[in-house]
Amino acid sequence: MSVGTAVIRKDARAKVTGKARYTDDQSMAGMLVARYVRSPVAHGLVREIDTSAALALPGVEAVFTYEHVPTTLFATAGHPYSLDPDHRDVADRLLLTGHVRYQGDEVAIVVARDELTAKRAAALVRVEYDELPVCTTPEAALAHGAPAIHEGGNILERTELTFGPPVAEAMEAADLQLDGHYNTPVVLHCHLENHTAFAYMDDNDHIVIVSSTQIPHICRRIVGQALDMEWSRIRVIKPHIGGGFGNKQDVVLEPMVAFLTLQLGGVPVRITLDREECLVATRTRHSQQVTVRAGLKRDGTITGIEMDITSNTGAYASHGHSIPMAAGSKFRHLYPRTAIRFTATTHYANIPAAGAMRAYGSPQLFFGLECLLDDAARSLGVDPVELRLHNVARAGEITTPDGGTRYAVAIARCLEQGRDAIGWQRKKKELQNQDGPVRRGLGVAAFSYGSGTYPACVEIAGCRLVLNQDGSVHMQIGATEIGQGSDTALAQMAARTLGIDYDRIHVVSQQDTDVTPFDTGAYASRQTYVAAPAVHEAAERLRQKILAACSGLTGTPARELELAEGRIIRAGEPAEEIMSLGELALSEYYHKERGGQLVAEVSAKTVTNAPSFGCTFVDLAVDIELCQVTIHKIINVHDAGRIIHPLSAAGQVHGGMAMAIGMALFEELLIDPAGGRICNGNLLDYKVPTCTDIPELDCAFVEEPDPTSPYGNKSLGEPPIISPAPAIRNGILDATGVAINELPMTPKLLFREFRKAGLLPG
Amino acid sequence: MFAMENYHRATDLNDAVRALAAHPEARVLAGGTDVLIRLREGDGAFAHLVDINGLDELRQIDMDTSGTIRIGALATCTRIIEHEIIRSHLPVIAASLATIGGPQIRNIATMGGNICNGAVSADSACALLILDTELVIQGPAGERTVPILGFHTGPGRTILRRDEILKYFLFRPGQYRGIGAAYCKYAMRSAMDIATIGCGAALRMEGDIITSLKLAFTVAAPTPVRCPRTEEAAAGRRLDEETLALLAGIVEDDVQPRTSWRAERDFRMHIIRTLVQRVTREAANQQGGN
Repeated sequence: MSVGTAVIRKDARAKVTGKARYTDDQSMAGMLVARYVRSPVAHGLVREIDTSAALALPGVEAVFTYEHVPTTLFATAGHPYSLDPDHRDVADRLLLTGHVRYQGDEVAIVVARDELTAKRAAALVRVEYDELPVCTTPEAALAHGAPAIHEGGNILERTELTFGPPVAEAMEAADLQLDGHYNTPVVLHCHLENHTAFAYMDDNDHIVIVSSTQIPHICRRIVGQALDMEWSRIRVIKPHIGGGFGNKQDVVLEPMVAFLTLQLGGVPVRITLDREECLVATRTRHSQQVTVRAGLKRDGTITGIEMDITSNTGAYASHGHSIPMAAGSKFRHLYPRTAIRFTATTHYANIPAAGAMRAYGSPQLFFGLECLLDDAARSLGVDPVELRLHNVARAGEITTPDGGTRYAVAIARCLEQGRDAIGWQRKKKELQNQDGPVRRGLGVAAFSYGSGTYPACVEIAGCRLVLNQDGSVHMQIGATEIGQGSDTALAQMAARTLGIDYDRIHVVSQQDTDVTPFDTGAYASRQTYVAAPAVHEAAERLRQKILAACSGLTGTPARELELAEGRIIRAGEPAEEIMSLGELALSEYYHKERGGQLVAEVSAKTVTNAPSFGCTFVDLAVDIELCQVTIHKIINVHDAGRIIHPLSAAGQVHGGMAMAIGMALFEELLIDPAGGRICNGNLLDYKVPTCTDIPELDCAFVEEPDPTSPYGNKSLGEPPIISPAPAIRNGILDATGVAINELPMTPKLLFREFRKAGLLPG
Repeated sequence: MFAMENYHRATDLNDAVRALAAHPEARVLAGGTDVLIRLREGDGAFAHLVDINGLDELRQIDMDTSGTIRIGALATCTRIIEHEIIRSHLPVIAASLATIGGPQIRNIATMGGNICNGAVSADSACALLILDTELVIQGPAGERTVPILGFHTGPGRTILRRDEILKYFLFRPGQYRGIGAAYCKYAMRSAMDIATIGCGAALRMEGDIITSLKLAFTVAAPTPVRCPRTEEAAAGRRLDEETLALLAGIVEDDVQPRTSWRAERDFRMHIIRTLVQRVTREAANQQGGN
């Protein structure tokens, strides 16, 4: 019964004892290190570049500039390849560039024998720029006559989605129409392990890349495209990885290390970004402007929602327009009886490139939507929890695309459970008519999300199970363990279906594109959901092979046999062991005439996408004079289907909530709009919260098994980050009466807003 | 890896001073929590180092018979915070140092370094200022003792000459006995941060009448500052809301916060006004503790 219990994670012992080997733990004789030469200006053209001083430094092996790299543009976003040319990512990158587009852009790279020499040499490369006008904001980038950051202008894409009845009519049927305009900042992932990769060649035809990546198989394809090589000649290996949060769902260093080793005759070359580079020269969360208009009836029924998002993708497209589009297609499940019109514009700007980050646009979108709904509840005099309960999806309301299966929906129960946990009704009464400098408030917000990317992208996963000589099972999966615990969850599933102990499943955690079954990687909270069918099917097939083999040995019909706790028994009679799995395995391997290695391999596509739901409740205090928010209690309640591993699930939720509190109250990359200078590209000035800034975090699960997964599970990786920020904002509104429509809600912002509202002297 | 050019590990104080005098470009390496960061950033001004970590005589914490407390410049924050003499007699020093960085930083960083780097935001500065701490400095020509007030001369600048080393902090009993003192670090995070505003207050009371207030701020001017106008206005007044509001008005004349991308002047001034009231109140609550 391994599914649903907190078994010991497959990687726990190796990680806590320091034995787990990460990319940087691996070294090779003769390995060189490379360091980028980065632009100090945010927009400009290289006029002159002089590498002679760098090349003269002892220990420097080579310097490459933008003049030496392939001229084929490539796309970096970690999406599966698309058969539809119109659905492919925007190819706007070169390995190095002479047209720099943000402060930190890469014009040259130095290869040296050690890091210090590389650093010194990079500083010796003299570059002169012709500066171009800088646009960091949507207003500047979309203005008439704005300088084009890429050929074709600054608008990446504009689209519109509609769901349900016509919105215009729905709005007319409303008793109240309300507008809100919300701004979210550039936020950074701050994963523990910086981006790092190295590459080498051990023959003349193949490049081996070892990288801290969420997407080994996609990485292989993109490196092939960037270097114009056959994809199969690129081999990507992913060892243990110290977090990614989406920042490694992008191909960042791999094409460069591959290029360098190719140029240098196969010598191993490593690039490890330092923290400051990793913060600003990889990917970020898109800063967005979210405009929401909602129509509501007096009883709180939402009749229509119009939403417009302007998304700033920065210097390069990366995931670009997919970010608002993914969020736009997922939020409708929360309020499915509402007419929706969704429009989005994605544009370039001279700031660091934005890419995938945990929950992929949904935190920004729901910040707008859930703030506006609280404003509407106040206007209507309706309790904000009741308003949501009245409108959220009900059981049976959302079906698979073919209409054949009804997804599990339990958001209403989440809201009810959260309301009780926070003591909503009792505290609401206690907190009426407060004054004084410190005031308390309650906040709520809800969300919906997906469990993968289908039908926008293919969902493919693979699993190979091998019965070992000792009766244990090796499991190879395409699913990429990035710390989220997928190895463990998938081993639990295999153990359950096979009928053997979880401890008897060995997971090959390292991904190797030459060996591992194909899977596109860890993103979109998809891994457990889309790998489950492959695991289930492979385990079922191996189980049948085992029973058939036993039947062949013993003459007992396979249908009368069962595999339970690693023993083959007579069906329904656990006491009657026919043989152990170990005995069977030895016979299959070593009998001279019959048997063979028992293997099952499955590649499976998932054509469903279970919506998952949840909500946040918060009880907080606002010190108006000091402009500070203190969270007394905060709880996330999730409708994530069946929980596979309760402890890992709670860990995911705690981590997501902590990141969300960072986004709500602390974190923002500050960029001077005049010159594009990054003000706080380090962990002192970029205020990612410390453990002392994070309150006690509570979570709960309403477990309604989803029928589209063989194990009843839905997504949980990203969702915990979505609803805390609007819940906190709504709590501040409840405490002070001041609606903050911008993130992060730092003391500086609260000061401005409290003054505007007359709570502080002007 | 650090781009160090020269490194000298001093064997004693005279050796350290001699090394500094002989190499005008050299900097003192104590806990290293600032110097090594600057060196990592490639700041060549920190590439020549005189390491004083071998100078154990600068780690002392003791009290003489007159009650004067001496803290060596090399004593680490953690050691000072946990030291019985400090906990009993200078709790505001312990409280201030406890706001620096995180545990790992405090285990290696020194109070000497916190002051000698000239930081406008130094967390120990307010406490040292309100205790009228004296600093004993060693140079090639011998020793001199100076008050903390006036030690800082500008952002990143102090009166220390290149060949001088801070030896001890001295706390006189007349300064620390019978006071209530408090420090508040107002920052954007509750650890691993530099102060947006720091405020320290030391209060002597007779009944509910303030006999003397010493008030200091960091990040409120180009150096850590005392607030003479506010202090003068407080003397002889009853500690009540009215007095605190009055002080909050007067303090504006004692400070000159500036606008930077980190925070605007208006905001800093608002926090300063609020902290004058809250920290003075808190200092009163600490009365009688020592």
